[in-house]
Amino acid sequence: MAEKLEVKELDQVVVRFSGDSGDGMQLAGNIFSTVSATVGNGISTFPDYPADIRAPQGSLTGVSGFQVHIGAGRVFTPGDKCDVLVAMNAAALKTQYRYAKSQATIIIDTDSFGAKDLEKAQFATDDYLGEMGIDADRVVACPITSMVKDCLADSGMDNKSVLKCRNMFALGLVCWLFNRDLTLVANFLHDKFAKKPQIAENNIKVVEAGYNYGHNVHASVPATYRIESKHKEKGRYMDITGNKATAYGLIAAAEKAGLQLFLGSYPITPATDILHELSKHKSCGVITVQCEDEISGCASAIGASFAGALAATSTSGPGICLKSEAMNLAVIDELPLVIIDVQRGGPSTGLPTKSEQTDLLQALYGRNGESPMPVIAALSPTDCFDAAYNAAKMALEHLTPVILLTDAFIANGSAAWKLPVMEELDSIAPHYVRPEQKGKYTPYERDPETMARYWAIPGQEGYTHILGGLEKDSNTGAISTDPDNHNVMCHLRAEKVAKIAVPDVDVVGDRDDAELLIVGFGSTYGHLYSAMEELRSKGHKVALAQFKYINPLPKNTSEVLKKYGKVVVAEQNLGQFASYLRANVDGFVPYQYNEVKGQPFVVSELVEAFEDMLADMA
Amino acid sequence: MEYTAQDYKKGLPRWCPGCGDHFFLASLHKAMAECGVAPHQTAVISGIGCSSRLPYYVNTYAMQTVHGRAAAIATGVKVANPALAVWQISGDGDGLAIGGNHFIHAMRRNIDINMILLNNRIYGLTKGQYSPTSPRGFVSKSSPYGTVEDPFRPAELCFGARGRFFARSVATDAPETVEILKAAYKHKGASVCEILQNCVIFNNGCYDPVYNKDGRRKNAIYVRHGQPLIFGENNEYGLVQEGFGLKVVKIGENGVTEKDILVHDAHCEDNTLQLKLAMMDNEHGFPVALGVIRDVEAPTYNEAVHNQIEEVKAMKPYHNFMELLETNDTWEVC
Repeated sequence: MAEKLEVKELDQVVVRFSGDSGDGMQLAGNIFSTVSATVGNGISTFPDYPADIRAPQGSLTGVSGFQVHIGAGRVFTPGDKCDVLVAMNAAALKTQYRYAKSQATIIIDTDSFGAKDLEKAQFATDDYLGEMGIDADRVVACPITSMVKDCLADSGMDNKSVLKCRNMFALGLVCWLFNRDLTLVANFLHDKFAKKPQIAENNIKVVEAGYNYGHNVHASVPATYRIESKHKEKGRYMDITGNKATAYGLIAAAEKAGLQLFLGSYPITPATDILHELSKHKSCGVITVQCEDEISGCASAIGASFAGALAATSTSGPGICLKSEAMNLAVIDELPLVIIDVQRGGPSTGLPTKSEQTDLLQALYGRNGESPMPVIAALSPTDCFDAAYNAAKMALEHLTPVILLTDAFIANGSAAWKLPVMEELDSIAPHYVRPEQKGKYTPYERDPETMARYWAIPGQEGYTHILGGLEKDSNTGAISTDPDNHNVMCHLRAEKVAKIAVPDVDVVGDRDDAELLIVGFGSTYGHLYSAMEELRSKGHKVALAQFKYINPLPKNTSEVLKKYGKVVVAEQNLGQFASYLRANVDGFVPYQYNEVKGQPFVVSELVEAFEDMLADMA
Repeated sequence: MEYTAQDYKKGLPRWCPGCGDHFFLASLHKAMAECGVAPHQTAVISGIGCSSRLPYYVNTYAMQTVHGRAAAIATGVKVANPALAVWQISGDGDGLAIGGNHFIHAMRRNIDINMILLNNRIYGLTKGQYSPTSPRGFVSKSSPYGTVEDPFRPAELCFGARGRFFARSVATDAPETVEILKAAYKHKGASVCEILQNCVIFNNGCYDPVYNKDGRRKNAIYVRHGQPLIFGENNEYGLVQEGFGLKVVKIGENGVTEKDILVHDAHCEDNTLQLKLAMMDNEHGFPVALGVIRDVEAPTYNEAVHNQIEEVKAMKPYHNFMELLETNDTWEVC
């Protein structure tokens, strides 16, 4: 056992846990990121899991990964490639090594690299490191399975349960490598297994065994590391995923507006966690209806909205296809409704667990008729809270359905979130009927300022009315096929949405003299921001404008886009936002950076591409 | 407060002269008044089709929605605002074809809405295509050589979906229609009322044997809970159980007395005989059953949703957003 190892200070580190989808990699990753956040590090996480629940054990398709980026200050992405890769079996090493930096430390469970494991992972020889081109010096090769079995030999647990603790050994090793305080891990496990204290104890024992293994054998690494916390913003924090933040945003908005929250939904990856989360919080008065189909999810929410609730429906792209007809009913009825599209890879079933921004034009235009609908795109896991809250506020104050776009990346990813205070959240004033309208209310009378109609909730005397999918007279609300009236109504609906006030888009970076303006929308914020910062650190003049409000566009859009010599629109589709901007800004001809791999952008690739654009003399 | 049918009337219906929907609407106005729920505490929700125009002719809160979705939208209305009396109006195309999924699930959940199925066995508004209740071989614009498929029988669907209330009436039979509508309102849970309704333009005569009073006397039976199942112009026929089915017998013949006649039990949990009643048709020598065929109480979905919220409120220590935040693992950055 060797002398004391050096402890090196790091600004940031990326760790990727990978193993079979039953190996508990998501939990190990979660604990490590929470513990890091608890000591004040910036965190950003990215679960990358297969669509299969339990693919054949040890197979290449069954590998599940969890990447966490930890920084001394704020971090904006889960990181391109990892500094430490945990591979719990041969298949994980085979599929996940591509996400590791060339000098990354690789932790493997040598017990899961037997002949059969190697065969399942399609290695040709038993020199798996050689096949992958991995230098053995960088590998912490540890017989994790046997060590865990030894550690729990007296626990009375059956073999299957013992094997489930392998992830905790790996976690312990990683905690040793980064000098993490195990009491924080123990606290987490005590909370998680509050009702099963023995399981908590066993898990803690394995974490400690992993930690001690690293400590005692120094596990063939030159040093261990510490990430201090810098630039901390004071306050109370929690780790939150985008889907949970979306659910919380809706709960907060309903409470602020004094309304009951109603969610109509049908399970669909990667949106289902919103349904799960809201279903838990009945004690806050939340109603969730798991409907018979996507259509009913939207239709029941429209019914609930008509009846006076803050209504929402959550889904992913294929669900939006099914809901579209009902969404249009909310458009013509001008009822408040929040429609959440957690985007995933398409078309059709596509890549259910992977992330894209390919539903933008569907959200904007994917319905019959002239069908204007506000669209908001959340920027990050924590921004999902604000975006959902603002979507609800917009819907209730302007009497309109609103689409909230998130995606698998920010929905499943998490970050440290400073807890909001209810009193400090913007007020929400649903656009209710006024007493002077009693007895003469017509549903399409409008506020002259906002053009919003007035919301009359059933049960009130003097406001009975009918809404419907047929075009209505702009004055009386009766069915009308009059050509001029239809023209008026189409314009009124469009004008109402166009008039919604949204904040100006921020330009960050070299806002005065950037040679290249990077433009993105929604969830790519972290990657584009990181790319911008890296370019600036290399001496380039670069700025970023990340759009959250898509329809209506911020008032300063045209001014911002025309201010800079070169503009690139970077998005995870084949150019949908670029074409939308071109349609809205005269003479706008941007560079484009498009990628549809179902994976987050890679900052280094962005930097390289943007440098080419900066150098382009055309 | 007392209401009259007039309080629920609105507008001038635009259905064809003689359409069964006119008759039904008048009965609905009357039934609403007799139920005594104020117009502003009533919501009428429909889909698309001729009969789905109905909400425009009631002076209540109302929505004419999209094709097939009335039951789903009505579900949202009732769950979000349980104090409302909710009437859902659909035709056979709206309710059983494009909206079939919502129709069965509303019954399975037992949401407390009154589901009216105006069954004219034809698509009227699109000018005459066969519907899912058109009989096999039915000739229409979209089946010029006759259909090659069997129809749904609404009662069978309702019972198969665990429906707890099923009643049937003929649109022209105002007293019976009013009675079943009132019974549907009183029933807590999903209540299906099948209204046999003639389309004078595209399917005229489809219910001729029972469409007028004389016909019904011969060809229909009014079922009444607790009463023997007797019918006929002189109440000379009755129903008895035979083997796995029902049989028509003549009272006074072969030693049959009124005591032998089956007594209707709409409240029986087991729906076997109720289904037999609902399935009877003239083609097989049976009278068409009219009235409340099944009426069995069970917990409603909307009540259960709100009861569960109250139970969880009592059980959990957090009841608002700030308290919810406290349930998470948090840390302080100082």
